[in-house]
Amino acid sequence: MVKRDKSTGIVETRYYTFAYPPSELKLESGERFGPLTLAYETYGKLNSDRSNAILILHALTGDAHAAGFHPGDKDPGWWDNMIGPGKAFDTRQYFVICSNVLGGCRGSTGPSSINPLTGRSFGLQFPLVTIKDMVRAQRYLIDFLGIDRLLAVAGGSMGGMQALQWVASYPERVRSVIPIATTMTHSPQQIAFNEVGRQAIMADPNWNGGDYYGKDLPAKGLSVARMVGHITYMSDVSMGEKFGRKFRNIKQPFKFSPEFEVEGYLQYRGDNFIRRFDPNSYLYITKAIDYFDLANGTALRDVFKGITSPFLIIAFKSDWLYPAYQSQEIARACKLAGIEAIYCELNSNYGHDAFLVEVTEQAHLIKHFLKRLAENYRVAHASNS
Amino acid sequence: MLPTANGIKADHRIIAQLVTTSSSVLDLGCGDGELLATLVREKNVRAQGIEIDDRAILECVERGLSVFHDDIDSGLSEYADKSFDYIILNQTFQQVKKPEVVLREALRVGKKVIIGIPNFAHINARVQIFFHGRTPVTGALPYEWHDTPNLHFLSVLDFIEYCGKRRITIEEAHFVGTKRRVKLFPNLFAQTGIFIISDKKTMQRQNLQEKKDD
Repeated sequence: MVKRDKSTGIVETRYYTFAYPPSELKLESGERFGPLTLAYETYGKLNSDRSNAILILHALTGDAHAAGFHPGDKDPGWWDNMIGPGKAFDTRQYFVICSNVLGGCRGSTGPSSINPLTGRSFGLQFPLVTIKDMVRAQRYLIDFLGIDRLLAVAGGSMGGMQALQWVASYPERVRSVIPIATTMTHSPQQIAFNEVGRQAIMADPNWNGGDYYGKDLPAKGLSVARMVGHITYMSDVSMGEKFGRKFRNIKQPFKFSPEFEVEGYLQYRGDNFIRRFDPNSYLYITKAIDYFDLANGTALRDVFKGITSPFLIIAFKSDWLYPAYQSQEIARACKLAGIEAIYCELNSNYGHDAFLVEVTEQAHLIKHFLKRLAENYRVAHASNS
Repeated sequence: MLPTANGIKADHRIIAQLVTTSSSVLDLGCGDGELLATLVREKNVRAQGIEIDDRAILECVERGLSVFHDDIDSGLSEYADKSFDYIILNQTFQQVKKPEVVLREALRVGKKVIIGIPNFAHINARVQIFFHGRTPVTGALPYEWHDTPNLHFLSVLDFIEYCGKRRITIEEAHFVGTKRRVKLFPNLFAQTGIFIISDKKTMQRQNLQEKKDD
């Protein structure tokens, strides 16, 4: 349980709808799509010169609810240990925005949304979206919020990809970048795990070519996908510490029911996932992640050419899904482009999940990185005026 | 420990005097960032550090510095030739696995290299070896034989000779003793030698060669 006095308090999700025809959003695929809605939350106050806004970007199954509590909820948002008064993203100083992604199922337009042309859910009629498209959609939201330049874009995993895409697509809109436990290019191993998840969903007879809305859901397929995901988010050490070889307390005869605690945990997490996640969104978003390749054939030295925003790059030693060498690649690209950057590989046993759970050192790095940025901005601003 | 004045270590004070204002500096093995922070404060340098210890990196970031978690034996290859005004190797040169490679890389990436080394031939060290028959422990070499991070043991004379053989130009040399700067017999009285070196001669020779070729 999180202490509420250090929390952002009660928060609410807001919705922004835009790109109405004929000004639809142009997707990377060339398709035009609109109108669309993005769910978002904000914490803290935008200052008078609109210079203190930070955009937080979530991972595969995250949502706009990053901090604080929704009325009646027992648990806070997914990064509440990082966002709030006195925390790394200090809401007494910064205006923190978290936006859900295009293609998602947590209040933003995605495959489960109603297609205005048919009156039914899009399903597989939903267009292919990429990380670049997600970021383009978020740019509309940032325009709408009246923010010319974000103090920072920050996120872990897929959130880190969006942060990198933000500075690549809109370098003039971003004053700094905080990519955590992420990569510039999704690797074959990472694609492989996503593909297992997708195959599990599509192998569920209820999936029905993506047309299952209002009928039985492909819950088991999504559950298996989630189980595979969870394994890749942990580490051998963290699983050993959390479960060991402990047995669950069951007295049934042997029938391949979950006996080990680790089995019970994975099944519980998997089975609950259908309550908050749409299987088709899982397909679309994992595909967007797999397509992500910021370098895309360009030489490493040209990836960040012309970018001047400082980077804070964080990796975790036990993260085998997004291994540190991928963050080092980002650091190398920064060196080649002459970008001022911090790279740190933190000690943690939590694997890929570390950026969500083991936050003390991560918070220390981010807090001081942002502090220096804000100071530099104040100095530059004072000498300009 | 080296003498300290106004909270700034003697070797840091000397390096701060050597570095020109508003230059760019890459500190290899920057530790907790004390030297780089001094250079930012006193000389307004554009600073970047490379450090292997993650605890030290947290302190660097707290000081507002940019630092890469990397090994200086391999961390320079991405940098373009002469992309920094100064490369600093303060009390780290003797700790790298391949000093030859690191120094060559430092001279390639930096216009000048500032290098600070502990002098193994300091009189205290000589006395400890000669009269006591013990591995020396001095202010600049404070470690016992079993816990030292130092891999190479050299004197200031060794370093000067080393540069001479490789046609590395020593532009300036400064020496710090137990209490104050040392002018006479540095190989005997200096605990630390600080050098500004460059590959100027090599460059000049290359330029001459190119002219001849034309």
